[in-house]
Amino acid sequence: MWVYIFRRLLYAVPILLGVSLLVFALIHLAPGDVVDMLVPPEVPREVADLLRRRFALDQPLHIQYLAWLGRLLVGDLGISFFTNRPVADELFSALQNTLMLALPAALLGFALGVTLGALAAFNRGTWLDKLFAATAITGVSLPHYWVGIVLVSVFAVIFNALPAQGMGPPGFPASWEQIKPLILPVVTLSLIPMGVISRLVRANVLEMLSHEFVGALHAKGLLSRRVLYHVMKNAAPSALAVMGLQFGYLLAGSILVETVFNWPGSGGLMNLAIFRRDIPVLSATILVLATIFVVINILVDVLQALIDPRMRR
Amino acid sequence: MSAATTSHPLLRVDRLTKHFPVRGGLPGRRQVVQAVDDVSFEVWAGETLGIVGESGCGKSTTARLLMHLVRPDSGTIAFDGKTLGSAMSRRDLHRQMQMVFQDSYSSLNPRLPAAVSIAFGPLVHGVAKPAALGRAADLLQAVGLDPVVFANRYPHELSGGQRQRINVARALALEPRLVILDEAVSALDKSIEAQVLNLLLDLKDRFDLTYVFISHDLNVVRFISDRVMVMYLGKVVELGPVNWIYRQPRHPYTRALLSAMPSMNPRRRTMAAPLFGDPPNPINPPSGCRFRTRCPYAEAICAALQPELAEMPGEDGRAIACHIHRPGSGHSRATQAGLAA
Amino acid sequence: MVEVPAVPVSPLDAAEAVGRAQQSKGYWQRVRTRLRQDKVTLAMAAVLALLLVMVIFAPYFTLHDPYDGSVLRRLKPVGTPGYWLGTDEVGRDLWSRMLYGGRLSLLAGVVPVASALLIGGFLGTLAGYSGGLVNSAVMRLADVLYAFPSVLLAIAITGILGSGLRNTIIALTAAFVPPIIRISESVTTQARHLDFVEAARASGAGVLMIIRYHILNNVLGPILVYATSLISISIILSAGLSFLGLGVTPPHPEWGLMLNSLRQALWVDPVICAMPGVMIFITSMCFNLLSDGLRQAMDVRL
Repeated sequence: MWVYIFRRLLYAVPILLGVSLLVFALIHLAPGDVVDMLVPPEVPREVADLLRRRFALDQPLHIQYLAWLGRLLVGDLGISFFTNRPVADELFSALQNTLMLALPAALLGFALGVTLGALAAFNRGTWLDKLFAATAITGVSLPHYWVGIVLVSVFAVIFNALPAQGMGPPGFPASWEQIKPLILPVVTLSLIPMGVISRLVRANVLEMLSHEFVGALHAKGLLSRRVLYHVMKNAAPSALAVMGLQFGYLLAGSILVETVFNWPGSGGLMNLAIFRRDIPVLSATILVLATIFVVINILVDVLQALIDPRMRR
Repeated sequence: MSAATTSHPLLRVDRLTKHFPVRGGLPGRRQVVQAVDDVSFEVWAGETLGIVGESGCGKSTTARLLMHLVRPDSGTIAFDGKTLGSAMSRRDLHRQMQMVFQDSYSSLNPRLPAAVSIAFGPLVHGVAKPAALGRAADLLQAVGLDPVVFANRYPHELSGGQRQRINVARALALEPRLVILDEAVSALDKSIEAQVLNLLLDLKDRFDLTYVFISHDLNVVRFISDRVMVMYLGKVVELGPVNWIYRQPRHPYTRALLSAMPSMNPRRRTMAAPLFGDPPNPINPPSGCRFRTRCPYAEAICAALQPELAEMPGEDGRAIACHIHRPGSGHSRATQAGLAA
Repeated sequence: MVEVPAVPVSPLDAAEAVGRAQQSKGYWQRVRTRLRQDKVTLAMAAVLALLLVMVIFAPYFTLHDPYDGSVLRRLKPVGTPGYWLGTDEVGRDLWSRMLYGGRLSLLAGVVPVASALLIGGFLGTLAGYSGGLVNSAVMRLADVLYAFPSVLLAIAITGILGSGLRNTIIALTAAFVPPIIRISESVTTQARHLDFVEAARASGAGVLMIIRYHILNNVLGPILVYATSLISISIILSAGLSFLGLGVTPPHPEWGLMLNSLRQALWVDPVICAMPGVMIFITSMCFNLLSDGLRQAMDVRL
């Protein structure tokens, strides 16, 4: 088993290298000379050349790649074209803000998803289940950022109960003032994980219920609650695995919701970078987010291998 | 047997060997499964050669080697005198020799109707589609299935026996001369098995076929075969006409195998377990004779030297790989009389 | 030896038997028959067809030019005479914008999936059938692309390479190719080891014949079903990209873009904002239900 874990970890290295290559390639495929984006055209040639040398833009490509990779590995994510501050600082605080959304959204999505999925499975065939099926397919067809907009228009515009955008006072959300702006974005973000998890849990529970051992448990005279416990225990590992992946998606793919709510997280940072054509910030953010996603994937795989010996390929 | 025997066997296999590498583990400690080791035999036109043995003895691998679905590590196969590779290509071989597989369901494409599955072989070899499907209809009839009903059925709409008939029809579509039946009836219910066996015998006569019938079911092999070959852990241990093998088995393994058969005769009740121990690991077969770890007559010579498959002196057409039956081998029982019957 | 009774067949029946065999219905004809009986799927297909017609022939269904804006007319509410869905923040007729926008949105939804099907299906089947080094190479490439959540990958490509319809299509194709590779590779690998493929090889068939008769019909089913559900995701994602300013650029009408620009009008008329979203939702839902219906029709066991 440890061989598997070790192999899995080892395997991540070429993936991450591939990811970095991809980002690097994209940067260099970008239209326009990078330096020309920085400075106005009237600037004398010497200054432009100086900048070029500073960003190592005159070296052959593979040298540039290695230099860039080297800087990344020591934590130097570059300097923002726009603000001239190190990207790492901005990114770090932005990530914290995203985490403030992602974590509660993951928990909410998971809790609701498991509950709804189990309810639907235990009430199979009834109107509850049919409602669930309808909701599920609706959920998958809805653009979640649009739902965010609708929520804003309902709760912020019409009822004026919650703020439409922005983050409240910084720091760990303890006061109502801090929690208020969290509610709508968290609910919006939680929709997709909730949908995915509920469908999975429902399918798993249904499959468990059809197994013979459940019949045997019933025959032994166990109460429904005990059966419930057994069933949920068996359905848990794959649900947890999927939840881990969904959390990764929430962290890395929150940009749409953050744009709707003007939330200063990693998504908002990317948005700004796109708008300003701030390539260092954009590429560094993409790279970091992809890395986080890969790491979460590996963790989920390893955890699964630890819990369920059958899952190892 | 209806076909006249010719001067050379229809199929001749010489020293066929196939070892499979074992997956997993760190490199440097790679091991091999000696699935088929130095196997030689002949099949004569018009006969049925039965191949028996326990699971893992190499029967199925032999079948796949014959069909060239797996490449042998060494050894030659010659069909009708022509050696595969030089005088005969793989494609030609496939026109002469076909196979029916064990699992009737997975041997048919679930998304093709029966007639198309049967017609596929002719289609590959250039027959036009209408003609190929027409041939499929004829073959359906030959295997006892009404083409009007069965031509458009899918595998999941058929019973196991019907599927196996389709597999037989498919094997016959290319008009081969030799058909390998790899556990073809093993998965069927007994009554269906009897029907399919009778069908096979009928087809053999009708189309002038030669069979290689592989099975672990000794009764079935006895019913259908003319000659029998017994395999153990990748090697041939005994080979001969069916009645001689079944009435007077010579090799200790054959004897044990046959005495393990349940009998309806109360006088032939099995009292003691005929074989002891588990079959050894095909990755690490015992040195010398592979059966020696379970053989009640094993001696030092058995561990030292692998017995070659040799013709029994005085018994034409019968071969055994055992030191007991080789005069001068060094085994204490290696007299002219060999083992008492 | 027991005689196997030959099935008594009169000459007339024999001809019919051969005829029946020759008309052996392929698998796809069966699927089509089953689809024709599925009411829900048919309804969805009808809705989509209607949408398609309206969108392609938009000039015939609208009164106004979608680019024609006037500040005097901005943000008129639903039900204004002549502009029955109202106008947007620059005064353009919303109904026209929605219909014309449908062209770009549907294009951005369908084209990436079709390209991903071709590229991914080819690569995946190739990888599954070849095994070994080719398989490893293709799957590693897919894994690198998989390391990005689709949103992130799409943003990476469009954000760095620039916005516009062409880059959107490229970005979404790149996002969709890995899952299709995975599905087709997995199905092909499984099928490759099944007896019927071995039997096909034993008939002397070459790679192309085997793929055509035995692999494709097993692979196409799952990927078609998946691709139809992918279209719905593609529409949502491409609208999302435009929403971020990375997809279609103004002044072209496109649902996601409209969603963004109408957001500013949220405080004035919250209802107007919702409308492009409704279009996205309806279209997406239709494709999803279509996908479900397709899956049921293709299931061999039903």
